[in-house]
Amino acid sequence: MTGTAPSFLADWPWLTILGIVPLVGTALVAALPTRLARPVSLLTSLVVLAGTIAMCAAFEPDGERFQFVQAYDWIPAFGVQYAVGVDGIALVLIALVAVLVPVVIVASWNEAEEGEQAMVPDAGSSAPAAGRIRSVKTFFALILVLETMMIGVFAATDVFLFYVFFEAVLIPMYFLIGSYGGPRRSYAAVKFLLYSLVGGLLMLAAVIGLYVTSADQGEGTFAFERLTELEISTPVQIALFLGFFIAFAIKAPLWPFHTWLPDAGAEAPVGGAVLLVGILDKIGTFGFLRYCLPLFPEAADILGPYIIVLCVIGILYGALVAMGQKDLKRLVSYTSVAHFGFIGLGCFAFTSQAQTGAVLYMVNHGLSTGALFLVIGFLVARGRTRNVEDYSGVAKVAPVLAGLFLVAGLSSLALPGLSTFVSEFLVLVGTYTRYPVAAVFATVGIILAALYILWAYQRTMQGELRVPAGARMRDLRGREVLAVAPLIALMLFLGFYPKPLTDVITPAVNATMQDVGKQDPAPTHAQPTR
Amino acid sequence: MPTDIQAPSFDYAALSPMFIVFGAAVLGVLVEAFVPRRSRRRVQIVVSLAGLIGGLVAVVLLAGHSSLEAEGAIAIDGPTLFLQGTLCILGAASILLLSERSLDSSGGDIVTQAAVLPGSREDLQLSESQGIQTEVYPLALFSLGGMLLWPAANNLILSFIALEVLSLPLYLMAGLARRRRLLSQEAAVKYFLLGAFSSAFFLYGVALLYGYAGSVDLGDIFDATGRAGSNEVLLLLGLAMLAVGLLFKVGAVPFQAWTPDVYQGSPTAVTALMAACTKIAAFGALLRIFYVGFGRTEWDWRPMMWAIAIVTMVVGAVLAVTQTDVKRMLAYSSVAHTGFILVGVIAVNREGLSGTLFYLVAYGFTTLAAFAVVTLVRDSSGEATHLSSWAGLGQRSPLVAGVFAFFLLALAGIPLTSGFMAKFAVFQAATQGGATALVVVGVVASAVTAFFYARVIVLMFFQDPAPDGPTVAIPSAYTAATIALGLAVTLVLGILPQPVLDLADQAALFVR
Repeated sequence: MTGTAPSFLADWPWLTILGIVPLVGTALVAALPTRLARPVSLLTSLVVLAGTIAMCAAFEPDGERFQFVQAYDWIPAFGVQYAVGVDGIALVLIALVAVLVPVVIVASWNEAEEGEQAMVPDAGSSAPAAGRIRSVKTFFALILVLETMMIGVFAATDVFLFYVFFEAVLIPMYFLIGSYGGPRRSYAAVKFLLYSLVGGLLMLAAVIGLYVTSADQGEGTFAFERLTELEISTPVQIALFLGFFIAFAIKAPLWPFHTWLPDAGAEAPVGGAVLLVGILDKIGTFGFLRYCLPLFPEAADILGPYIIVLCVIGILYGALVAMGQKDLKRLVSYTSVAHFGFIGLGCFAFTSQAQTGAVLYMVNHGLSTGALFLVIGFLVARGRTRNVEDYSGVAKVAPVLAGLFLVAGLSSLALPGLSTFVSEFLVLVGTYTRYPVAAVFATVGIILAALYILWAYQRTMQGELRVPAGARMRDLRGREVLAVAPLIALMLFLGFYPKPLTDVITPAVNATMQDVGKQDPAPTHAQPTR
Repeated sequence: MPTDIQAPSFDYAALSPMFIVFGAAVLGVLVEAFVPRRSRRRVQIVVSLAGLIGGLVAVVLLAGHSSLEAEGAIAIDGPTLFLQGTLCILGAASILLLSERSLDSSGGDIVTQAAVLPGSREDLQLSESQGIQTEVYPLALFSLGGMLLWPAANNLILSFIALEVLSLPLYLMAGLARRRRLLSQEAAVKYFLLGAFSSAFFLYGVALLYGYAGSVDLGDIFDATGRAGSNEVLLLLGLAMLAVGLLFKVGAVPFQAWTPDVYQGSPTAVTALMAACTKIAAFGALLRIFYVGFGRTEWDWRPMMWAIAIVTMVVGAVLAVTQTDVKRMLAYSSVAHTGFILVGVIAVNREGLSGTLFYLVAYGFTTLAAFAVVTLVRDSSGEATHLSSWAGLGQRSPLVAGVFAFFLLALAGIPLTSGFMAKFAVFQAATQGGATALVVVGVVASAVTAFFYARVIVLMFFQDPAPDGPTVAIPSAYTAATIALGLAVTLVLGILPQPVLDLADQAALFVR
């Protein structure tokens, strides 16, 4: 840590504290009576949020690359350390975790009871709903455990520790989808778990390969900063890069590794879906920036153009397929496939604007898609069906719901003035300087985004009032508005004033670019380079 | 050559773990003869546990010891003591499982008269009777004594004797299930016949190697491999025959065919003993024979082991997917794990040895406890092992289902469980030993195994219970203690594995 830390706050082991608090909350939720589960978990998540805000205040954008660093030997036999620390990229993603978890808890306040009502009636093989008991305590305990793992995965600076969190994060999400999800929850949960595990195990092979390479060149280590200094021959780099890349591409998910997302996103309970798409998927794109590029620069250079092609295909494919969806939650999932194409584009375009844009995009996508999932979740909880065609003219009875749907949708299509516009613009500009053709194709994706969002809005919210039989289509309650409001507020604020984020992100992006050994193509643009 | 070996020496202290366990077994036989029937069970439990705990204490006191005993026939060294200690603990846990009486309505899972014809009137009476059978304790102790001896045997004849001492009681115990007698008897006969075949192969291999080296001592065989002009054909044939016997006991493909039937038919407590302890002992013997006896000719056996490891991982994982019985599924999973452990064996370096030792500990505790959980889920006809009857168990009995799910995740190798650390240890050693391709097959097979473990979790937690499904019996302290032990070890080795890794690393040196 820099010696000139302005306050005592900088010396606290923030990351460890933030990781432990949700675990304490989990223990409390498990120990206390059921009626206290919700308030205790909300309180826990708010404590984490407060801690994160304090940590962000203590973070020095121009200081060391990794701050709040801690490193202790964990398993010396494998050269593994408990090593944590954040750069700007990890910091903003941890902040996103801290914001989304309380939002999800508020939005899922009645989840364990509401979940069953949201089932589609013609649920095939699924048994009658009456017999299922859904433990409220377990639900909130899982969310809090998930929070610990999500913070851990972004905070780890030891590749082994990262891998542990990377895999462990799957288990609570698996149970969230499988126990609290929609009618095809088992299928979706297993598909989610297996896709991620296959990727994860390939990464395990690459992690071991990395360790053995480091052992060949001295002492075996998993410490990120020492691994970046390794000399790895190009063929080995490509093999290891692919091990990491496929794991992250499945997680992100990039086309053609995306097929688990629509199922998982559609069947997950609303809160689970927000965390899944909002944060868990970001682990993949975060992994591109943190691990794929700096550790294997030559491989990234060689394979980058092919990945750009995959990203562009993903942007167009996701958008086109989203238009064809009849299921609202699947629709949002496919829009995410398109969005992740943009993020991937930003990561692999190797310009500082594009990468800054990609990181901003990760945050903004978490906010906007989170809001969209929440609003759709509220709609589905009322109508008890996810089918687009079952809704029409909902705005007439539920104007607030419709309004929030529109705002969240507009941010998803990157309307200027909302935060997503800034990030999408940066990604496109940054990509254009290196890959103009890809940028042109990606721009088509923006137009398609307008189509799928506005068309979905038009079909469900406008026109003759028609709601599913037996549904009580009321407007949003105070709690529901309270859940979405912070996300909308943040999107507006960051849309007009993204500087707090870019200030933190830019140095981290520049450090990454340096690791890759890339310069921005001349002439340089808005982002200052050091 | 034999003349300049050191003077005959029997360091009784160094051999004490085996003496204590065999002594307890002999005492158990005497208890059968002289102690009155009503207090026999209690005395047997005390004798067995005392023997195994005494053995463990002796192992601990011997820590760091490294010498050849009994004219070089027995090696007391790091791997021996490490595995003997593990076997004593797991053996004691198996004894606890065998002692469980509160689960079955008639008391205990061990039949009183194994020779009665299944389906006959006596058999029906037998299934209702409250009688108990206590010969199983000395049988288990003899078997465990053989298991302690096998990894220590530095001489192929002694190795064969240890193999028979551990196998014969097991053949018998496989046929002792109180419920589903026919399956149990089939298991016993199958295990016995195939086991006898594999023993014959082993013995034939010993004979050929004697022809090659002029000795059955592993040290002499090692010396012989260094001399030019020996008969390579005898060496290779002998090695292959020996491998058949060893690979049969560890349950590697293509010698795995007995595993599912025997695991399914045996009383679950005996299955647990077989799955955990037999595998550990057999791997101990395999490691010693290949590392000590054939350490110089690794290029003769490594390609063979490569192929066997690959087919074992793949066949075990793929066949497990199709199983509908939880004990059969665990049997195939044990086959797949045999493949993973072989990956560590093939590394042929110190990391590989210590990783394999660590894997055996991690796997032994998890699998023993997993079988212990299986004994809890019951319906009117005994254990409900068909997977369909496990549906919705997570709602009926969240604790038991949660614990079982944790064991499954450990077997699948999810981080923060012992299974992950173990897999990491062997895969890393194999990569360092140049077996990268094997590791890639290993991770793919791991993904397949994850599928069927995840499927059981889906059944338990994400599906609704069947109306007439099984109940979860409340175990006595015996089974509860075993499960708690397994849970603790699985968790601790997953989070803080360093002490045991250190222990395995210090142990990873064979005496020659």
